[in-house]
Amino acid sequence: MDSRARAIAVGVGFVALALVPALAAILNQPFYLDLFRRIMIFAIAAVSLDLILGYGGMVSFGHAAYLGLGAYAVAIPAFYGVQSGVVQWTLAVVLSGVAALLIGAVSLRTSGVSFIMITLAFAQMLYYLGISINAWGADDGMRLAQRSQFGGVLDLANPYVFYYVVLAILAVLLWLGHRLIQARFGMVIRASRSNEPRMRAIGFSTFRYRLAAFALAGSVCGLAGALLTNQTEYLTPSFMHWTRSGEIMMMVILGGMGTLFGPVLGAIALLLLEDILSAWTVHWQVVLGPILVLVVLYARGGLWSLLPDGARGDG
Amino acid sequence: MADALLEVRGLTKRFGGLVASDDIALQVAEGETLAVIGPNGAGKTTLIGQLSGDLRPDAGTIRFAGQDITGLGTPARSHRGLARSFQITSIFRDFTALDNVALAVQAHAGHSFRFWRPAREEAALREPARAILERVGLGARADVLAGTLAHGEQRQLEIGMALATRPKLLLLDEPVAGMGVDESQRMVELLRALRGHHTLVLVEHDMDAVFALADRISVLVYGRVIASGAPEAIRANPEVRRAYLGEEDQA
Repeated sequence: MDSRARAIAVGVGFVALALVPALAAILNQPFYLDLFRRIMIFAIAAVSLDLILGYGGMVSFGHAAYLGLGAYAVAIPAFYGVQSGVVQWTLAVVLSGVAALLIGAVSLRTSGVSFIMITLAFAQMLYYLGISINAWGADDGMRLAQRSQFGGVLDLANPYVFYYVVLAILAVLLWLGHRLIQARFGMVIRASRSNEPRMRAIGFSTFRYRLAAFALAGSVCGLAGALLTNQTEYLTPSFMHWTRSGEIMMMVILGGMGTLFGPVLGAIALLLLEDILSAWTVHWQVVLGPILVLVVLYARGGLWSLLPDGARGDG
Repeated sequence: MADALLEVRGLTKRFGGLVASDDIALQVAEGETLAVIGPNGAGKTTLIGQLSGDLRPDAGTIRFAGQDITGLGTPARSHRGLARSFQITSIFRDFTALDNVALAVQAHAGHSFRFWRPAREEAALREPARAILERVGLGARADVLAGTLAHGEQRQLEIGMALATRPKLLLLDEPVAGMGVDESQRMVELLRALRGHHTLVLVEHDMDAVFALADRISVLVYGRVIASGAPEAIRANPEVRRAYLGEEDQA
C-alpha cells in the first residue's frame, strides 16, 4: 500500500531535517536551527492531535491544554530545584495523560459541536488556572533557569544535541504511530470514526478505546509541551490559550487529517509561512488566512494529498 | 416453549404521548424463524432497538438464553450472542468488505488493546472473515471498498458482519428493503440457508420474503401484538387482514 512517491518524500524529508543544523552552521544562520526545532516540536503535538482528530474523528479544540501541562511539568519542578529531565519529562507525560483521561471521560460522552465546546472549555479552564496562580508566575509565566538535565548523557544546552533529540523523538513517534494505526487498536479507533453505532452492534465497547486514544494523544502532546518550555526556556500560560489549540488543529487540517506525515508537513508549512510572512509585513495574518482557505478548499486532503497517491492516507 | 431462546414480556416504550411498544410479549425458540410484520408506524424499529439494546424500554423484561438482558447495553448483548442488521445499511464504507467482516471477528477475539501487530496480517481475523464472505456470496469482492459495493451486496455484507459475531440469534431489520427483484431473491436464498443453523427474528415489510422464511409470524399494530401464529393462520386471521394485509391490497 505504501506508494513509492510518498516513501521517497518521507525519506527526503527526514534527510532534510537531519541536515538543517549543518546548513544553519554553514550559512551562519543559527536562527534556522531554532526555527526547525520549534517546527518539529509542534509537529509532535500535531501528530498527537491527528491520532484523535484525523483517525478517531474526535474534534478536540483543547489540545493546547496538554502542551501547557507538559510545560508546567518541567517548569514547576525546575522552580523548586528539580532539574532532572527524567523526572520532568515523565511527569509531563503522566500529568497530561491523566488530565486527558479525566477530560476525555467527561467529553467523550458528548459528540459533535458539544464535544468541540467542552474540550475547549476544559482547556480554557486550565488556561485561567495558569494565569491565576501567582506563585508560578501567573500570566507573566516563569523563566526556566536551565534546560532539563540528563546527567552527563545529553546536554540540551547544546543546541545541536537538543535538535537531534527532538528529531529522534519525532521519528520514533511516527514509527510507533505507524504501527499503532495498523494494529487492532488503530482499526477500532478508525472504524469508530467511520460508524460508531455499527461498532457497538458488532460488540465493541467503543468508549474505552476512544478514551484510551484520547489519553494517549494527551500524553504525547504533554511531551511536546515539555520540549517546548525547553525550547523557549520560558513558561507562559499562553501555551494553553485556545488560539494555540486552533493553530495545532490548523497544522493537522493543512497537512492532511488521518495521515501520519500530513501533520508534520502542516507544522512545517504553517510555521514557515508565519515566519516568512511576518518578516514581510506586520499584517501577515491577513495573507496567511486566505492561503489557508485556499488549501482547505482546493486540497481537501491537505498538503499530503498533493503528493502522488497521498489521498488514500497511509493507513 | 419452556426453553425459549428469546423471551419478551410486557415490553413497553413511550415517546411522549405515543406508545410505540404496548405490552409486547414474544417468544422465539432455538432454531426458529419469527417474522414481525406490521404497517408503517407500528413500532417495528422501536422493537428492534429495544431488543438490540439501543433503546431502553420503560417497562418489561427481555430474557435471552435464560438470562435477563434488559439492562445490558448493545456491545454486551453482542457478546451474549445477539446480532443485528440495520434497516438503513450500516457498514464501514471506507474499509474493504474483508475489513468490515474482520472487524466483527476482532470484536469477539479478545480485547483490542494491541498496538503493535498489524491487524490485517492476523490470520486469526482474516481467515474466518474470508470464509464468511464466501458464505454470504461476496468471496470475490473481499478487497473492494464497502462503500462502492452495490446496494444488494452491502446488505449481504451486513449479514456477513452479523454472522461474524457468531450469534445465537440474528435480528434482521428489513433485510430486503429497497432491493430489486433479483437482489431480494438472492437475499431470501441467503436467509433460507441460514435458517437451519440460526435463530432469526425478521422484521420485514416484504410479504413474499416473510411467507418464504417465517415459521411463525407476529403482527404488530400501533405498538401491540394483535396476532401471533403460523403463516397460514395469520394469512386467514380477519383482524390481521383488516389491519394490515387489506391495507396492502389497496395500495
